[in-house]
Amino acid sequence: MRLPSLFRTERSPGSVVPPSGFTARLLVLTAAAMAFLAVFSLALALAAGRMAERWSQALSQTATVRIMAHQGEEAAATRAVLAILETTPGIAAARALTLKEQRALLEPWLGPGLAVESLPLPQLVEVTEAASGFDAEGLRLRLAAEVPGAVLDDHTRWRRPLAAAAGRLRAFGLLAVALITVALAALVTLAAQSALAANAQVIEVLRLVGARDVTIARAFTRRFTLRTLAGAGAGTALGMLGVWMVRTRAGEEVVLTGLGFEGAQWALALLIPPMAGVVAFWATRTAALASLRRIT
Amino acid sequence: MVIAFQQAACGYGGTMLLSQIDLDVAPGSFHFLTGPSGSGKTSFLKLCYMELRPSHGSLRILGEDVRAMSRDRVAATRRRIGVIHQNCQFLDHLPLDANIALPLTIEGDSAPGADLDDLLSWVGLGHRRGALPPELSGGERQRAALARAVIGQPEIILADEPTGNIDWDMARRLLHLLIELNRMGRTVLIATHDLALIRAAKSEVAARVLRIRGGQVQPAAADL
Repeated sequence: MRLPSLFRTERSPGSVVPPSGFTARLLVLTAAAMAFLAVFSLALALAAGRMAERWSQALSQTATVRIMAHQGEEAAATRAVLAILETTPGIAAARALTLKEQRALLEPWLGPGLAVESLPLPQLVEVTEAASGFDAEGLRLRLAAEVPGAVLDDHTRWRRPLAAAAGRLRAFGLLAVALITVALAALVTLAAQSALAANAQVIEVLRLVGARDVTIARAFTRRFTLRTLAGAGAGTALGMLGVWMVRTRAGEEVVLTGLGFEGAQWALALLIPPMAGVVAFWATRTAALASLRRIT
Repeated sequence: MVIAFQQAACGYGGTMLLSQIDLDVAPGSFHFLTGPSGSGKTSFLKLCYMELRPSHGSLRILGEDVRAMSRDRVAATRRRIGVIHQNCQFLDHLPLDANIALPLTIEGDSAPGADLDDLLSWVGLGHRRGALPPELSGGERQRAALARAVIGQPEIILADEPTGNIDWDMARRLLHLLIELNRMGRTVLIATHDLALIRAAKSEVAARVLRIRGGQVQPAAADL
């Protein structure tokens, strides 16, 4: 069975464009570098997207009430707050955090073995929102009236900038992928134009024997598409390996822990080589046909 | 008519090089085109294989109006025309047989078979089929160009100073090949300033001689 002409090797006996070693290697290398960067940009965009979603989801369903009360009045204030919360529509559950839980929250900053009891810490009440949501402003007013030391924090002021920052990071990642695509198209176009100029004699001969523009363009298109595919394939493989290594090495809970792909997202990275091939095909074909049309 | 000029003119950058061309080239005829260097012989041939298009007037090649042809149509028509240049160019990375077969293989129309062997023998290059073009002598290149020009069995053969770079013996040999092709029904048009070649041809074939003078194509004097 014959392969489509695009996939026949460029060193086949019928290849009408002479092989060009250095420029070929340069294009393969460039495509590999671009694909490598595209993998990381894609990983960054996807990680930022997941981060934004995780933060939004984790924080949007919960709220906290901080209770600062005079010594000896903490328990009464806490009971009063819990009573208010129990009667507030849209709140699914509310519970006061234990000393052990508060210690665990502070441990990353103040170290282990902390005597939480000796610190003037506010009592925290964790509020779990029902699906219908609650009226935060109304609850704030009620708390201010009935338990003056109680302050509702519905995390909005944390959630919004975090989600916005993560959203911007995702946009930058996607923008980087788009810029890499444009840069690849520009590089392939330049390489194709250079090859066309270097092969002016070949083109003249082909036109003399009656080759159509599309036939001449195909000779260059096939070569550049295959080179870009090969380079992008190698670059993507290296990039995916790099992302995998970053992901497995990071053990700490830091912001970049999530850099990488999850599940089906690995398949997205595998789309980079064919996408690069499509870009190369389009760029070479456009450049070749435009150059040929300038010839009589 | 395989080539028909009617009041055709062409030029470069506003300068008219050829003008008021009225010429009919009948199928199977043999024409010489002569004139001093720079008179426009090559431009005339370029018009005939549509490398140039007339700026004025009409030119029909193989029955089609050149000025109305699309680029693909020009390419298709060129496959019915064989062209030999003085400095014939080849694809230097391909062996001779692949170069000669190019008009057949480039658009995948057909694959060269035994015809290629016959053709190589006919032009005396049977032993050089695997050679790369830079390895060929001037005479071998001209014969290879002739073989490439005729492999697609074109209806018209155009030759631009085909004997310019070769010795007289080789020139006569090439001329005989062109005369043979003409006897097989091909229309031949040779641009040359070699009057000895024209006289040698006229002793063997009924050739019509045209001269370019002052940008116009006219019948040559009777002594040619």
